[in-house]
Amino acid sequence: MSAAQTGTSKKRALFESSIVRRAAVDSLKKLNPALMAKNPVMFVVEVGSVVTTILLLLPHGAHQFGFNLQITLWLWFTVLFANFAEAMAEGRGKAQADALRKAKSETTAYKLKSNGEIEEVASSHLRVNDKVQVIAGQMIPGDGEVIEGVASVDESAITGESAPVIREAGGDRSAVTGGTRVLSDRIVVKITANPGETFLDRMIALVEGAERQKTPNEIALNILLAGLTIIFLLAVVTLEPFAVYSGAPQTAFVLISLLVCLIPTTIGGLLSAIGIAGMDRLVQHNVLAVSGRAVEAAGDVNTLLLDKTGTITLGNRQASEFLTAAGVTSEELADAAQLSSLPDETPEGRSIVVLAKEQYGLRGRELANLNVEYIPFSALTRMSGIDMEGRSIRKGAADAIDNYLKQNGDGSGRGIPDEVRATVDKVARQGGTPLVVAENGRALGVIHLKDIVKGGMKERFEQLRAMGIKTIMITGDNPLTAAAIAREAGVDDFLAEAKPKDKMDLIRREQAQGKLVAMTGDGTNDAPALAQADVGVAMNSGTQAAKEAGNMVDLDSNPTKLIEIVGIGKQLLMTRGALTTFSIANDVAKYFAIIPAMFMVVFPQLAVINIMHLRSPESAILSAVIFNALIIVALIPLALRGVAYRPMSAAALLRRNLWVYGMGGIIAPFIGIKAIDMVIAAIHLV
Amino acid sequence: MLKQLRPALLILAIFTVITGVLYPAVITGIAQVFFPYQANGSIILKNGQPAGSALIGQSFDDPKYFWGRLSATAPFAYNASASAGSNLGPLNGVLTQTAQARIDALRAADPGNTALVPVDLVTASASGLDPQISPAAAEYQAARVAKARGLDIAAVRQLVAQNTTGRTLGMLGEPVVNVLQLNLALDDRQLK
Amino acid sequence: MNINGILQIVVYLAVLLLLVKPLGLYMARVYEGENVVINRALGPFERLIYRIAGVNPDEGMTWKTYAVAVLVFSLISGLVVYALQRLQAGLPLNPAGMSAVSPDLAFNTAVSFMTNTNWQNYGGETTLSYLTQMLALTTQNFVSAAVGMAVLMAVIRGFRARSSQTLGNFWVDLVRGTMYILLPLSIILAVALVSQGVVQTVADYKTVPVLQATTYQVPHLDAAGQAVKDASGNPVMDTIALTQTTIALGPAASQIAIKQLGTNGGGFFNANSAHPLENPTAFSNFLELLAILLIPAALCYTFGRMVGDTRQGWAILIVMTLLLTPFIVLAYSAESNGNPRLTALGVDQTSSAIQSGGNMEGKEARFGVANSALWAVTTTAASNGSVNAMHDSLTPLGGLAPLAMLSLAEVVFGGVGCGLYGMFIFVIIAVFVAGLMVGRTPEYLGKKIESYEMKMASLCFLILPLMALDATALAVVLDVGKASVFNPGPHGFSEVLYAFMSQADNNGSAFGGLGGNTVFYNLLGGVVMLFGRFWMMIPPLAIAGSMARKKVVPPSAGTLPTHNALFIVWLIAIIVIVGALTFFPALALGPIVEHLMMIQ
Repeated sequence: MSAAQTGTSKKRALFESSIVRRAAVDSLKKLNPALMAKNPVMFVVEVGSVVTTILLLLPHGAHQFGFNLQITLWLWFTVLFANFAEAMAEGRGKAQADALRKAKSETTAYKLKSNGEIEEVASSHLRVNDKVQVIAGQMIPGDGEVIEGVASVDESAITGESAPVIREAGGDRSAVTGGTRVLSDRIVVKITANPGETFLDRMIALVEGAERQKTPNEIALNILLAGLTIIFLLAVVTLEPFAVYSGAPQTAFVLISLLVCLIPTTIGGLLSAIGIAGMDRLVQHNVLAVSGRAVEAAGDVNTLLLDKTGTITLGNRQASEFLTAAGVTSEELADAAQLSSLPDETPEGRSIVVLAKEQYGLRGRELANLNVEYIPFSALTRMSGIDMEGRSIRKGAADAIDNYLKQNGDGSGRGIPDEVRATVDKVARQGGTPLVVAENGRALGVIHLKDIVKGGMKERFEQLRAMGIKTIMITGDNPLTAAAIAREAGVDDFLAEAKPKDKMDLIRREQAQGKLVAMTGDGTNDAPALAQADVGVAMNSGTQAAKEAGNMVDLDSNPTKLIEIVGIGKQLLMTRGALTTFSIANDVAKYFAIIPAMFMVVFPQLAVINIMHLRSPESAILSAVIFNALIIVALIPLALRGVAYRPMSAAALLRRNLWVYGMGGIIAPFIGIKAIDMVIAAIHLV
Repeated sequence: MLKQLRPALLILAIFTVITGVLYPAVITGIAQVFFPYQANGSIILKNGQPAGSALIGQSFDDPKYFWGRLSATAPFAYNASASAGSNLGPLNGVLTQTAQARIDALRAADPGNTALVPVDLVTASASGLDPQISPAAAEYQAARVAKARGLDIAAVRQLVAQNTTGRTLGMLGEPVVNVLQLNLALDDRQLK
Repeated sequence: MNINGILQIVVYLAVLLLLVKPLGLYMARVYEGENVVINRALGPFERLIYRIAGVNPDEGMTWKTYAVAVLVFSLISGLVVYALQRLQAGLPLNPAGMSAVSPDLAFNTAVSFMTNTNWQNYGGETTLSYLTQMLALTTQNFVSAAVGMAVLMAVIRGFRARSSQTLGNFWVDLVRGTMYILLPLSIILAVALVSQGVVQTVADYKTVPVLQATTYQVPHLDAAGQAVKDASGNPVMDTIALTQTTIALGPAASQIAIKQLGTNGGGFFNANSAHPLENPTAFSNFLELLAILLIPAALCYTFGRMVGDTRQGWAILIVMTLLLTPFIVLAYSAESNGNPRLTALGVDQTSSAIQSGGNMEGKEARFGVANSALWAVTTTAASNGSVNAMHDSLTPLGGLAPLAMLSLAEVVFGGVGCGLYGMFIFVIIAVFVAGLMVGRTPEYLGKKIESYEMKMASLCFLILPLMALDATALAVVLDVGKASVFNPGPHGFSEVLYAFMSQADNNGSAFGGLGGNTVFYNLLGGVVMLFGRFWMMIPPLAIAGSMARKKVVPPSAGTLPTHNALFIVWLIAIIVIVGALTFFPALALGPIVEHLMMIQ
């Protein structure tokens, strides 16, 4: 299956014909009152439509039949348009779910029995803790953890990314997902999810919106809209006695028209579409959120914890300089550094070899020809090196080498000489990572490993600052190095020499001040912090534990995406707020259309309020109802795409949105209703 | 609920005594000691006998007296124990009828006067007890009163001026003429 | 309009705003239990009250306990006021020999005073004994005002609390508000009013001779008390000679001072502050006007100080002032323009150096149109309800201004305490929608606004339309309701609408032509006032309880500022739009159409 088919990486056209067709059918199905009742605003419209329909069918419905019929039709259209908006948003998710389902097709699993035999079972019969073997070309039958072997895996069905990824036992890249394909080698996978509960299942349910629950802000907004609906219901219901007292009784058609025009149908009709589309936008960015609550929380985040490596800086540090100790030549240092790094396959190690070659023409030597014992890096010693033919070379962090020298040096018990230590500090201050190289108990000098800050990070952090979000860089580096990189990258704060517990404490500290914290993580040791953070984005490449602890998973495993996630969260709320304002602002014009139309017969003086100079009372009311229905359709693209969002301060955002959606909401219906009135007059609808 | 009953009862009782009895009593005491004239209704004494209140208007329709505002009190105009306005809305026909009747009465008492009638003479006051009229309303009637009393109009105008109160601090309120005091002054002058 | 009228309005607003900070600061100190000089003298007495009443002043109350205390106190207050009216005939201090008040009127009046509405279906000098005026009405003027302020304090404490359960102690707030704020201010104002001519005596009504003896006619009654008619069906009239008049007196100044300060508004006399013995001079008028808005305005500063950010208080005060001013201008200009129907009769309504001109029907000469318009708008902005002109006789647009203030749910200054906590409801709605527009869960003063707060806020803004519109609808369809309407046409509709808006808002002013003293209006009005008061009071307390438990989110650039010009404009827009959208149809059928008919 190719990436294009899955649709998770490609943006869909807004109105794809297949989605539109399905949505049109669904919008009829959604007329079911039991479903409508969940949306109080549109439920009122539906009840109004039913009432006018019944009245139309009653014998005396003949009076003003044409007008009443048109009103009734447009009321039904109002309901249908709102349903259509929701169905459109759902349809986009459904299309994606269909594509994902194809990846979920039944496969054969090769289950390892306890006696080592292999049994062929259907993937749907696998249970948690079963062990399966997967070899090149086979589909991984379920979510699990690699417990044996290493393999390259094609995860494009999930991520849309066609480049294969490495999955190996142990460490932070052990998680595999059902429905992905092993391209090379053999792995043994311990199943961690029963069929139906897998990541793919969850993902399908999510994009389909099957488990969609209203988010806290959506609930609060719904309450406000219900309150406004009740107010307008009161205003309209009591208007009839007032009108009768004033000698100007109204028909039910006119009153229901007024009611439907006044209640916030625009936002009421688009509210759930906005929510679904928000989740959908996240999926478009290849991020899965376990709940809409997490998306909203992302918009509220006050503090972002960002890992330095891979997020702020490129993953790899590079050797940039050899700084010698007194009495040591550059060549000597470069030679020792290169030798000790030859077996070191890490990017840092390779960059040392390359630097030595470029600057001093030292060619890499074949270690196989030399009698070399490689001392790999360990968390305990925190240094690596080689022992060969009387040379014992070590490189590592200053304090590790210091310890090493004190114990294995020239017997004096001295560590790193002061002048080397000064060099170490200088490198650290510049944001580099100093590696001290020692040979046979003597410090030769320092390798300057440089962190490369990703392009454009400074600007992004500035935007975040403008939005009121504080960024904290998390790094295992010493404070000096961390401070320098923090300065260069433009983050607000940093946590140096961070251990998992420090990270946890930092999150708790921020939360105690009432702040919302977001972070990314991939390792098992990140899991507690991911769970503690308000928004925890786990990398898809990370461990199962991390993915379970967080409330979002980034399929691209791109930690920088946290910033986009915040934007999406904000955009979701902004779209709701903007359309609420727009919807309520619309009512002003509708009053100016409908109130004079209702009472001009008895009080001709009220013609003064007919500032739009609408043709006739019937035309005025019909125009308002039609405008009210059409504006829902007109705003579907906005609801699905979200309002334009640019990072800026809250005050600036409010000013901008008030101009666009507040003033726009007042002015637009005056123009729209007048235009519709002119059309109605031109084609003699009433 | 019951726990709050005792404080509710007792605090209400205490404040009924403090604010309902002691407070008015203290104010009454201060008022009677320092402002006895004002506190007892600003009663005008004429030869030691009360002759109305400086703050409560009276009904006049004799041409020799200045007339005050219309009064809508029941059962008779300027009933000082049942203050009330007319409550007539601006488009109420009774409002225009009442105004027309007053205009007719004014014209009948002063046939030569063709000036526009100042609005306060044809409208009922809010309290029905308004003791005052505008200087314009007094000026409108000055000639009539002078004629009815056989006085020089200048003398009448002088009395009007004496009974006119300007704006407080030159700014607050409106300049007004106290009708009862003016009429008392007119009677006084004639007796002399 | 003339320069002097505008000057009076400007001076009024300037003096009011100058007093905000000192009084606001003083009140904050009172409620915080800080030293305010008089509590040194009265402190022992305050503690004695707590001891007698069995109150532990240090015991904090949860919002529910606080609400229960408020309700119990109000209920008992209502019962006492009702009982005093029903029993007044047999009680002392009844020189005019008033009989017992009818049950429905007594109910209406009891509710009216316990809810700080002071709707007057009674006529002070014709219905109530001095004892009832003092024990029932004056006392309630103090304590019902103090209850409103106390609830505000609880709400403010909820906003500023950090993860707390309690909102202070109702009894302490009630006692301090009455003793240290309302009483001292009332004493000062009462004495000042007496100096201007407001009466203050327990002596009998005074009978004085009239200068010009006149006669008047009353219908001739038969033995059964029925009017007798002559052969052609006209009533037979008796002519009575009038040689003396009885001037109603009483301990008025003490009651007027508190009815103005406590946004009560129930007059000592029927004509309220239009009565020359209740409001004798332009200066007394200025003081009474000032007293209407004084405490509500200063409470904004108190609020700002108590939450530790006075900018928040000033912002709300600016919102209130900006909402008030245009309506003052509207009313003043409409009243100045006068009544075209009178112009047609040859009446001079122009403003000049020797007359205020304009629509003088239902106005006092000493106040003129400027002071009357100013009063009409401020008394309806604050839920005061006292009047110095008859609102029923205002021009259509002059009457629209107070109606518009009523439709803004009494949050433009509003009643003491309740105006500001009502304003918080609008602030919460404004913050909520604006918060969404900036892409963040909305917060006010660092507290997140969530669905619980929205639920409570929605309950609050529902109550005014629910009560006012439904009761009006009921009254205009039922014959018992229509029978009380005094003026014909749209104006009559305005009378009914005004009555129920005023009662739902706990304002108390009226288009007085409506014959409100009927069983129907007394009972329906009583219910409307009860809901208008307590339904508006419980949800803000619940919000405060919920807010108190929340953590405070520190402000950042992403936080919506609630003290800048943009937010002020937004809050004004929310208040106006909610009010206008709710009441525009009703107002269109009342004052708006009446205005268009008048200028035709």
